[in-house]
Amino acid sequence: MSNVQIMTGNQAAAIGVKLSNVQVISAYPITPQTSLTEAISQFVEGGELKAEYIRVESEHSVLAVCISASAVGARVFTSTSSHGLLYMHEQLHWAAGSRLPIVMCCVNRGVGAPWSIFNDQQDSVAQRDTGWIQIYCRNNQEIIDTLIQAYRIAEAVYVPVMVCYDGFVLSHTMMPVEVPDADLVKDFLPPYKPHMILSPEDPRNINPVIFPWRRQDPEGVLRDGYMELRYKLQKATEGARDIIVATNRAYTEVFGRDHGGMLWTYRADDAEVILTAMGSLASEATVAADMLREREIKAGVVGIRVFRPFPKEEVREVFGNRCAIFVFEKDISYGYEGALCSDLKAAFYGTGSRAPIHNYIVGLGGRDVKARELAEATLSSLEAIASGTTEPETTWLNCDTYLPGSEVRGQGLGDRRQEEKCRINYSRSIKKNICCRGTGPARGVASP
Amino acid sequence: MEKKDDNITAMCRPAVGEAGKTGDWRDMRPVIDQSKCISAIKNRAACLLCWLYCPDGVVIPTVPVGIDLEYCKGCGICAEECPAKAITMVNEGG
Repeated sequence: MSNVQIMTGNQAAAIGVKLSNVQVISAYPITPQTSLTEAISQFVEGGELKAEYIRVESEHSVLAVCISASAVGARVFTSTSSHGLLYMHEQLHWAAGSRLPIVMCCVNRGVGAPWSIFNDQQDSVAQRDTGWIQIYCRNNQEIIDTLIQAYRIAEAVYVPVMVCYDGFVLSHTMMPVEVPDADLVKDFLPPYKPHMILSPEDPRNINPVIFPWRRQDPEGVLRDGYMELRYKLQKATEGARDIIVATNRAYTEVFGRDHGGMLWTYRADDAEVILTAMGSLASEATVAADMLREREIKAGVVGIRVFRPFPKEEVREVFGNRCAIFVFEKDISYGYEGALCSDLKAAFYGTGSRAPIHNYIVGLGGRDVKARELAEATLSSLEAIASGTTEPETTWLNCDTYLPGSEVRGQGLGDRRQEEKCRINYSRSIKKNICCRGTGPARGVASP
Repeated sequence: MEKKDDNITAMCRPAVGEAGKTGDWRDMRPVIDQSKCISAIKNRAACLLCWLYCPDGVVIPTVPVGIDLEYCKGCGICAEECPAKAITMVNEGG
């Protein structure tokens, strides 16, 4: 029996937490995550969720509480955004290094300076290398479903999971959401079985100073050194790929909704041109793909759902044999390019793929991104590719400024004239040129 | 997933002498005045805040209370916490 309700992303996440029978919650309010923690505190206060809600003075302490609670065997949840996540940074490493299956929502928001409360994904992307699994949701239904999946994944591999979704765009936007049946969730999500419980009956020191070498403990057991433990974290995170795919499949069987395992595609089967992104931006790109199709450009979308572990094999398979790839992202690795773009390029290395890849930095600090603009950016890039540009510079979309002493104005399409130009100059002949000028995929692209 | 691995988090159980005999790190030594110690006065295990607070587990919770000076680093927490002011820190070797 379906139970569809209209709710925001934060409400969906709160219900996901309740359905997952979380036992300990600690959180510190920060925009745009606040209404999520408020909803959970109401569940706890009203007796709907039998859990302990621990209030602390900062996000650093929040995660310290979560680590402690998880170490004594509780299923725990926290959520944060932006500076709260950055404040947790040190503890993120501790949680992953201790192999504690904590689940967190990161309600994506830009980071200062200057202050911004609005959405981009710089906060979570900047935590890429902390050892957490990162899953990006594209709508509110995916948020509730992914939270439930996240506990199953985390508790199978003993690696914490960050469920990321865009602030305001999803967190404060209402959508119809089917609430999963509580009993079915209970069956889907067996109780948390810790790999080790800290208890007074069996006192121990977790995470003592570890020497660079392997060493016998006082009981004579040969213990791993630092590198061995870190290697195990790496293997567990890599190995999470199979668990994520299997969990998604199992979830689809029980609840009838498939959000994609590591990634998802839209009109990609016959697509010559692929637009790719994470989170709600990827959803926006599907509308852009439709617009491009109307102009007889075979466009499709690949939504990267899991950023860590990076879906290398899936990416190689799904991106193989394309004419051009456009990576739109709400983050920037200063001094280089978008982090997703770099990772994608690295995944293609060795496949023989020669498809031009154009990186667009979009929507930083909440700058609006319209589907039409994604479509027009794609057209503009196709035009450049057709005229021989194989390695275009990273473009900051809708960024309209100038640097003193430089001729370069904002490269974006904020300039209406440039936008018109793209539209007028684009023709089918350009599209034909793309794959004929040797800038398309090499023959025999490896497709695993 | 795979076979359960108990060794994925660094940990150690309490054990004597993990860092060697640490008593020689000490500048000051705790000395218990048994005429003031609550356990000694009541002639049974009582109070024992020194034992509870000792970060190195070197307080021996017997009657009278003892201190394992082979491992005591002389931090002085026991003297600070003792409600009866029965523990004094005295200079080691003058």
